[in-house]
Amino acid sequence: MPTLARWYIKTSLAYLALALLAGVALALHRTSGIVPLLGFFNPAYIHLFVVGWLTQLIFGVAFWLFPRFSKEQPHGNQRLAWATYALLNAGLLLRVVAEPVAAASYTRVWGLVLIVSALAQWLAGIGFVVYIWPRVRAK
Amino acid sequence: MPRLSTWFIRLALAHLTLGFTLGAALLIYKAGALPPAVWIVLPAHQEMLLVGFMLQLVFGVGFWILPRPPRSRSDRPMWAALVLLNVGVWLALAGSLLPGMDWLAAAGRTAEMAAVLLFATNIWPRVRSFREVKG
Repeated sequence: MPTLARWYIKTSLAYLALALLAGVALALHRTSGIVPLLGFFNPAYIHLFVVGWLTQLIFGVAFWLFPRFSKEQPHGNQRLAWATYALLNAGLLLRVVAEPVAAASYTRVWGLVLIVSALAQWLAGIGFVVYIWPRVRAK
Repeated sequence: MPRLSTWFIRLALAHLTLGFTLGAALLIYKAGALPPAVWIVLPAHQEMLLVGFMLQLVFGVGFWILPRPPRSRSDRPMWAALVLLNVGVWLALAGSLLPGMDWLAAAGRTAEMAAVLLFATNIWPRVRSFREVKG
């Protein structure tokens, strides 16, 4: 399995564990209300699952298994693929911190962090589509 | 990969692009940089990514990767599933965006359900053990 695929898949498994942990924390918060910030964590929790785990797993397996780009470069533009990995994870980690904090007590700084997070994740999505599109081909 | 799979996967990638764009807009709204009216696209964001991207990608890759059926079958039901799934997604999101048009969302979800039934019934015989495949 190529290196980037391993990074994607192992990272996705780490997010799965983190998401499940967050789920436990949220469930405990609902009964005890110990950590007030957790009351604003639901969107971040959902995105840990669907972006951190599911989407990242899809990206990794597609990078590994889709038809090769060419004989000389079977995995195509690897720089773009690595940039997508970095942007997706940077964007998601920024979101997980900034979204609940901004919801609890908004400041301009946290607002700017959210904008950076949004743009990073968006660029990751576009980057992945641009990267994988030529590898989606019929024989 | 089969031509039908390329259709499924390319449409899935198109929905990924649109869904991520709506998601970015929603997060930028939460940052205070877009007006509250943006929030109306939340159901469309969810529909595009969960059904338009993820489910459709599963259909495309499943059709490609799973073992060949024990007896040759027409791909027409799968082509029908492709059309129904995509029409369903857009009807559902139109129903979420247009006031008083909930029936569109119901029609969309019905089309999506028909697509899933077509896919499931046609892919079921292809879920076979190695022993069955080798004969």
